[in-house]
Amino acid sequence: MSDLTSLVQQALDEVAACGDLAALDEARVRWLGKKGTLTEQLKTLGALPAAQRPAAGQRINEAKQNVQAALDSRRADLERQDIESRLLAGRIDVTLPGRGEERGGLHPVTKARLRIESLFRRAGFEVATGPEIEDDFHNFAALNIPPDHPARAMHDTFYFADGRLLRTHTSPVQVRSMLAHGAPIAIIAPGRVYRCDYDMTHSPMFHQLEGLAVGEGVSFANLKATLHGFLQAFFEKDLSVRLRPSYFPFTEPSAEVDMSCVFCEGKGCRTCKQTGWLEIAGCGMVHPNVLQASGIDAELYTGWAFGMGIDRLAMLRYGINDLRLAFENDLRFLRQFRTF
Amino acid sequence: MRIPYSWLADWVRMPWAAPELGSRLTMAGFELEVLEAAAPPFSQVFVAEILSAQRHPQADRLQVCKVNAGPAINNGEPLQIVCGAANARAGLKSALAIIGAQLPGNLNIEAAKLRGVDSQGMLASAKELGLAEAATGILELPADAPVGTDLRAYLTLDDPILELNITPNRGDAMSILGIAREVAALTNASITGPAAEKIAEEHPDTFAVHLDAPDACPAFFGCVVHGVNNKAATPVWMKERLRRAGVRQISPVVDITNYVMLELGQPMHAYDLKKLRGDIHVRLATIGESITLLDGKTVKVDPDVLLIADRDGPVSMAGVMGGERTAVNDQTTDVFLEGAYFGPQAVIGRGRRWGLVTDASQRFERGVDPSLQRRAMERAASLVRTITGGTIGTITVTQAPEHLPRRTPVPLRRSRLQQLLGVTVADDRVVSTLTALQMKVEATPEGWRATPPPHRFDVAIEADLIEEVARIVGFDAIPEEETVAPQRFPSSPEERPGERTILDVLVGRGYEEAITFAFVDPELQRRLFPERAGLPLANPIASDLSVMRVSLWPGLLRAALENQRRQQDRVRLFEHGAKFIVTDRTTGATREVDALAGVAAGARLPEQWGVPRDLRAPADFFDVKGDLEALFAATGATDILYEPGELACLHPGRTARILRGGQEIGWLGELHPLLVRELDFTYAPVLFEIDTAAALAVVKPRYREISRFPQVRRDIAVVVDEGVSLSALAERVTLSASSLLQNIRIFDLYRGPGVEAGRKSVALGLIFQDISRTLTDDDVERLIASVVADLRAKLNAKIRE
Repeated sequence: MSDLTSLVQQALDEVAACGDLAALDEARVRWLGKKGTLTEQLKTLGALPAAQRPAAGQRINEAKQNVQAALDSRRADLERQDIESRLLAGRIDVTLPGRGEERGGLHPVTKARLRIESLFRRAGFEVATGPEIEDDFHNFAALNIPPDHPARAMHDTFYFADGRLLRTHTSPVQVRSMLAHGAPIAIIAPGRVYRCDYDMTHSPMFHQLEGLAVGEGVSFANLKATLHGFLQAFFEKDLSVRLRPSYFPFTEPSAEVDMSCVFCEGKGCRTCKQTGWLEIAGCGMVHPNVLQASGIDAELYTGWAFGMGIDRLAMLRYGINDLRLAFENDLRFLRQFRTF
Repeated sequence: MRIPYSWLADWVRMPWAAPELGSRLTMAGFELEVLEAAAPPFSQVFVAEILSAQRHPQADRLQVCKVNAGPAINNGEPLQIVCGAANARAGLKSALAIIGAQLPGNLNIEAAKLRGVDSQGMLASAKELGLAEAATGILELPADAPVGTDLRAYLTLDDPILELNITPNRGDAMSILGIAREVAALTNASITGPAAEKIAEEHPDTFAVHLDAPDACPAFFGCVVHGVNNKAATPVWMKERLRRAGVRQISPVVDITNYVMLELGQPMHAYDLKKLRGDIHVRLATIGESITLLDGKTVKVDPDVLLIADRDGPVSMAGVMGGERTAVNDQTTDVFLEGAYFGPQAVIGRGRRWGLVTDASQRFERGVDPSLQRRAMERAASLVRTITGGTIGTITVTQAPEHLPRRTPVPLRRSRLQQLLGVTVADDRVVSTLTALQMKVEATPEGWRATPPPHRFDVAIEADLIEEVARIVGFDAIPEEETVAPQRFPSSPEERPGERTILDVLVGRGYEEAITFAFVDPELQRRLFPERAGLPLANPIASDLSVMRVSLWPGLLRAALENQRRQQDRVRLFEHGAKFIVTDRTTGATREVDALAGVAAGARLPEQWGVPRDLRAPADFFDVKGDLEALFAATGATDILYEPGELACLHPGRTARILRGGQEIGWLGELHPLLVRELDFTYAPVLFEIDTAAALAVVKPRYREISRFPQVRRDIAVVVDEGVSLSALAERVTLSASSLLQNIRIFDLYRGPGVEAGRKSVALGLIFQDISRTLTDDDVERLIASVVADLRAKLNAKIRE
């Protein structure tokens, strides 16, 4: 039986030498196939005396199992090697850029506007809009600015031949909204406005945000809280806000709104001209004449209104130092604002 | 308004230094814009007297002066100064910059030798000291100027100047007196300014004035002064105050009228009495009348302009500017002074028509104290006598008192004050505040009644009084109080998608948002849209920004071109905004349409690796159509149609008019090749524009049952004429295939060998499915047969095997 032992050794050597799965399969057929060398050994059993057969059969079977185990183990090895070599061949450079279209982006002024709208919506305000070509009534007269009023000179209005005009502020939306919905009302009205003025710091078209809240008992103290709350939320900063008396024909009392400079936190820098304050809005309690012109009982209701520049908010938020850049639509500028 | 601190301090006890005063005034509504010294920094300049002036031996234009600068300088010994000024003369007191002095403009004075003569310093001009833009000689100081005094101290040149922004409602604050009143109210002090001067009549002459428009001019004070010397020098103190207030010095008489205006707020005018012909009438202009003003300009005035006129015509545009004919000059010896009250409505907007915004018009149109004229006239007359000599006549007044503004009591309710401000102000604080503002205050059951002083034109209603209380108490004293808003659910139609959602579709497809002006170049717009009328601006800022856009394309094409010029060879831009469609050319009536438009030019995809060649081609119609389809897909609309259309600015064979439910909602197409060339585009831009509201209204999704049975797909290749549009083909298939047809896929389009010229082969994948059973091969064969038969019959189609 040393013959069998040497056969097994030979088989195991061959299996171990198989370099790939095909060779391994051939070895399997050669040794364990229907006509394989070890399978053939079973046929020799017939020649043995009956008493020896079981023991001899068991030895042959053990030999076959032995070889089968070697085959299985070798197969597992070869399969793993095969996968490994395929994985190696399939390596890619993960630093290559992805394919397809790039993302575009929203204009920074739109980004700021949408952020403002979302903040005010969550605070319970609705967003109102109005026409950009306005009439004298909505842009001036209803806002307590009669013809020849000195305040008109501050507006540098674009006119059309028939007396219509491009709105100089978003305040006409106040009037339209009050006429349409009455009181109580809480709106903001963002939009494009126009003034014939074009230099370093003025664009003939820019964006304004109007705010209006009218109701019973609406007070100046409420206005202060809303402005402060909004500016803190918008800039995500614990900034201070101060109101100082000013004049607008459509509010009484009227105030200019300063906030502590977002760049130097009020210490004084170039942006705030060393004052520590940035002028950010105009506001006040809606003038009774405006409420009346808008069909609201000025005795029963009071209200506040404010106006601020969206472009300025965007510039401060994103560090843009030249308003004119905003409307040149240079792709190298626009591409800097591709974030959500 | 420029307020010299020292001048203001003459009028009210001043508890604050200039920076603190500035911030207090800012918080009271008078914003400090600039705080600066009366002169730029300089040092070592002294009052000095020229003892002698000899001609320089080597130079005609130079003098060698001996100058005494007092005992502290050069041990009291005279200094030798070489000076080029013609007015340097013995006895003159002037400004001496000694060796070591530093003057504005980095000028350091050193010992020098001029044409061989030593000079131990420099006699300085007003310009060299930064006190004037120009000067003709060295500074001339009064004879009593104390020699040896530091010039900065002598002229108080460290005096701070506060430049305040006076809001248009506060004409009363456009004077030293006006600001002094505010300081007094803030500090509970009283006004300490020069007492009103009583004038003794020194001659009997008067000049007759007639008020022909008494509502416009209800009061006119006049005074005749004889024997003035208008060649006299305006005193240094007055010159300095005028300069610090930003008013040009002209002649003593005119300087005095300006000085009184700055001090009290009453604009005044001086006529050369000898040039007046007959009585003065204050009247409205007659049609066609014109006047030559002090600035030499002749204007033809409208009949609503108030004039002062004598027998020969207008001598002044009332409240705006005097006339040239009767102006005073250095020959003037007799003067008629005017101190009138012109109502704001008579002055407002008048001068502005000719670009005239004067110190006088700004004050009159905001409102000048109607009780101020006599006092101003007394002040002016007395200053004229002091400075130019002469004798003063009686101050005459011509008036129509019934037309003078009257202040009426304004009620103020305690409850309203509390409600509007959101804070309670103590009663005594209210009374003391209003009283400090010179209001007469009476108590009423609900609160008070306050009568504003004559100088306040801006206090007419309760809210005005509330503002005054808040202003003086301080806006900082009002707390912040959050509003508790009632919970409401605003209507939020699902049909109207949020703006951000819409824009994000385009952003996700590589477009950058542009914001362009709403007014565009009329030439370009006409070239693009000859059939659409744009509304022109009456006063554009530039001719290429002068007509309202009828489409967003003019602006987007400009932006695309400018980017191309900046070496951006792939441009994808969109804009969301209003366009302005003239709906009636005769009335100019316009409709504002909320539009969404885009432009794509250059490569289909950004430059990148591993993309098939045809994806590197310039973007074409179908790339942009894909972007539009992405937008429309989000609407759920099933009735969007593209039909061949025609627009002057688009390629006639590559233009689609887009319809939804049969209504036009927009356009898509490639820019016309002629325009591509004219505008110099490298790549033909593809443009789209849709009417946002109509195009993007959302159809609320509605669930349909999903079939549990398998779907069957059959592909057919159909050869049809080029003229058969794909939508026509699909429509036939849909009509002939029964409702079992779930979907049609177009997966190939082929022209070339095997297909006759003028025809195309379209490969269609037809997907069938039944909701209630599995379709058999027979079912599908029957369906395909009927589709094929229909296409053969209706579209002359051949089926390719």
